[in-house]
Amino acid sequence: MNYEAVIGLEVHVQIRTRTKVFSRVAAGYGQPPNTLTDPVVLALPGTLPVMNKAALDAVIKAGLLLGCEIAPVCKWDRKNYFYPDSPKNYQISQYDQPICAGGSVEIELPGPARNVMGEHQRIPLTRIHLEEDVGKLNHFAADSLVDYNRAGTPLMEIVSEPALHSAEEAFAYLTSLRATMVYGGISDCDMEKGQLRCDANISIRPVGETKLGTKVELKNLNSISFVRDGIAHEIKRQLAVLERGGTLVQETRDYDGQTGTSQSLRSKEMAHDYRYFPDPDLMPVKVDETWKARLRGECPELPFDKQRRFADRYQLPYTLTSVLVWDRELADYFEATVQLTGREKAQAVANWIVNYFLRECGEKRLTAAALGVVITPAHAAELIQLVDSGQILSNAVATVSAGMFSTHEKPQAIAAREGLAGRTDAGELEQWCRDAIAANAKALAEFLAGKDSAINAFKGPVMKAAKGRADPKQVDATLRRLLAGQQTGR
Amino acid sequence: MADPISLKSIAELGALLEAKAISAVELAQAVIARTQAVEGRVHAFNSRDESGALAAAAASDARRAAGQARGPLDGIPVGLKDVIAAAGQPLTASSRMLANFVSPYDATVTARLKEAGAVLWGRLNCDEFAMGSSTENSAFGPTANPWDLARVPGGSSGGSAAALAAGEACATLGSDTGGSIRQPAALCGVVGLKPTYGLVSRYGLIAFASSLDQIGPFARTVEDAATVLGAIAGHDPLDSTSFHAEVPDYRAELKRRTGPWRLGIPKEYFGEGLDPAVGAAVEQAIAYYRAQGCEIKPVSLPHTPYCLDTYYIIATAEASSNLARFDGVRYGHRSKFATDAVDLYFKSRAEGFGAEVKRRIILGTYVLSSGYYDAYYLRAQKVRTLIRQDFLNAYREVDALLTPTSPVPAFKLGEKSDPLALYLCDIYTIGVNLAGLPAVSVPCGFTPGGLPIGLQLIGQPFQEANLLAIAQAYERGHDWVLRRPALD
Repeated sequence: MNYEAVIGLEVHVQIRTRTKVFSRVAAGYGQPPNTLTDPVVLALPGTLPVMNKAALDAVIKAGLLLGCEIAPVCKWDRKNYFYPDSPKNYQISQYDQPICAGGSVEIELPGPARNVMGEHQRIPLTRIHLEEDVGKLNHFAADSLVDYNRAGTPLMEIVSEPALHSAEEAFAYLTSLRATMVYGGISDCDMEKGQLRCDANISIRPVGETKLGTKVELKNLNSISFVRDGIAHEIKRQLAVLERGGTLVQETRDYDGQTGTSQSLRSKEMAHDYRYFPDPDLMPVKVDETWKARLRGECPELPFDKQRRFADRYQLPYTLTSVLVWDRELADYFEATVQLTGREKAQAVANWIVNYFLRECGEKRLTAAALGVVITPAHAAELIQLVDSGQILSNAVATVSAGMFSTHEKPQAIAAREGLAGRTDAGELEQWCRDAIAANAKALAEFLAGKDSAINAFKGPVMKAAKGRADPKQVDATLRRLLAGQQTGR
Repeated sequence: MADPISLKSIAELGALLEAKAISAVELAQAVIARTQAVEGRVHAFNSRDESGALAAAAASDARRAAGQARGPLDGIPVGLKDVIAAAGQPLTASSRMLANFVSPYDATVTARLKEAGAVLWGRLNCDEFAMGSSTENSAFGPTANPWDLARVPGGSSGGSAAALAAGEACATLGSDTGGSIRQPAALCGVVGLKPTYGLVSRYGLIAFASSLDQIGPFARTVEDAATVLGAIAGHDPLDSTSFHAEVPDYRAELKRRTGPWRLGIPKEYFGEGLDPAVGAAVEQAIAYYRAQGCEIKPVSLPHTPYCLDTYYIIATAEASSNLARFDGVRYGHRSKFATDAVDLYFKSRAEGFGAEVKRRIILGTYVLSSGYYDAYYLRAQKVRTLIRQDFLNAYREVDALLTPTSPVPAFKLGEKSDPLALYLCDIYTIGVNLAGLPAVSVPCGFTPGGLPIGLQLIGQPFQEANLLAIAQAYERGHDWVLRRPALD
């Protein structure tokens, strides 16, 4: 029998705000234990939560970016359960009225080749709600210690419909979702810092069946590749159970990315009764049209939309757009440069950014925005225009670019200093060509014997003599003219 | 015989301090001496900080000497119920759970009292986590009623009422979730005000039932209650449920608002279980208002019979969640016998909480459980809306409602051992909390046995100024507030 997998993802994203979601203490990562706390975070007797509006702004913005319906009222509920990392032993969350409902995440599946665009799909969302993060338990040999620095960090839970059918789709979903959150300035989504965490609900069913199979919740998928591996592993495990005639049980399993194995945490019978009820300490907050309009105004264009626009407006190929659009700063740098060069130079700009600027970012471990401060779009545009106007030759771009990155000077100044500006005169070039032919009798013989590619052996010395000021096309033409003369002169 | 200093009203003391007839330090010393003399019999306090009080009094004197006195509360010793946080002071909720807990921060009301120059004096006994109507549920022993030491002072803010009646403080703060200020005020013969929900910040008040709790003053007179209310009321950015209400000068308003008023008499508040002496005293109060030219109207609050059930569902549901934080992990009682994290919860809570607290946590957990939520909690919230609507309907015709505060005067310690019998003590007070309204209890006479009786006046939302003026109109015509228990 053929089976298909049905997967829904629950993604927790920490919202980047200055302070915590219900208190005024700073939110952050990597501080000494229990320093990002105050009476409210520690749930000291008598303390009360007060909502951080910036956190609500962020989740509404996320909802707008993903096309969700925004609830007219933000309502808070208590989710009651005992655990030492939860200071109040209840979590302030949203139960029956999430702030965002519906919406979707656009994904791109792997194409037939790396340089070919893959199929796009929209994965529908169930809901997004806002809640508070919990602290962290650290287990030692004899005891466990709790660090409440993370407790109270604003946390968004993004729940997809069970509409994914493979580990690859889940991977594409998370990649796109993460880019959207980073684009919107909502979160840095650093999985190593726990800013993005994922649980997966996985079931399998015979192809054609519409009823969902028994679902297993897979937890602790704490890197995007663990999500892919963990889901693939779980699908395989479920298939194996069914194929040997067993039955699946509804349970929560813990995936260990290091060993690639999972084990059962608890079965359905052990499920919590969270005793949700509206939090009487927090008033519902009205979200009106003005509020939404303000946030809509702050919403950036999403990567896939940008990719379509870049392809359309700048006639860029997929190989370039797929590099440019995933980094918002890089895409902004590209467009700022094109503003200066004119749209018809867009491809040259894109090529330069991908081949030089982006590589420099990688080598120096700089963000595009950081490098863009010293190598401004004006610098980049000047370089493209120097080439375009023939003031420097395209084979000088590497040298000029390297100079720009090391000295931060303008390209024109570097070209002048390096003697790369302008062209050699025709007489000079002809002399270098003659010298090169004369110096390589073997290649000359080969060329004259009909091996066309032997001509390349003359080009190196000519280019070297020209110090980058020779146009390769002109060099080729001159060599051919001279070689033709050799032939007839024979 | 003239009252000892510590039994004078804030208004009188303010005049004496202003005239430099006494100093704040002398006043604090007098209150401390009085407390030392009677506290062994009354047991109103869980703890006292004499040196802290004297230092605050000295600071008050220094301000006054420099011409920088801060108003009517500067130098006045004010006691706090032991559920209200004060930085550096114990905060026990009269529970073993918090027996050794010291608050590192001030409640908003505490900060505001300090700002007004009040001398914070002592941590006052109450029912554990404010759950009870007799102060017998304290882990540190019951408080006695100064009018009859064999009787309870009421509760849960019994220590706040008894300390004031006994002259161990000049004003006190309590908290009122279902009558916990008004009922002990009635039983101890003092004025007790429960403000409109949202008028006084709850930040720093250990939560019992968040949607019902309000902090309010106990005072010897209505004017004194107005003075304390003025100091603690007003919006607080640390409490999302605090209302952006205008805070008038309540004392000045007392002079401006002279009536006559239209008073409603809800027939449901004069039924079975009402002690005849209490009923007679309240009838006389009604007659007094009528004689003063007030219009007296019979009204009906038809959902009153559902108040008790509604209250015990909502209050316990919220309490079961609010008290979850007391787990022995971060602070408070931690069992020495726990074997793992779950066992730590079970044992710490089993050892730390008293029987009534456990009873309410279990009840609240039950009503919120999956499958029961709709039948209990959700239904109770709907009934609550109807109860509030009853009051708002009545207020179309009247300015305030007039009822007994408690159906019975102070009862004997240990007399009501059945929890349900104790719950019935609150039948006239809990509707006010469910509806979020302000209400005040003022002394309105004594039983033939010499026990104080309280009259409850229930006002319109955020109309404390009117409510206090109505109460003062009665107070002015009677001398009940001048009577003192025979402790000396």
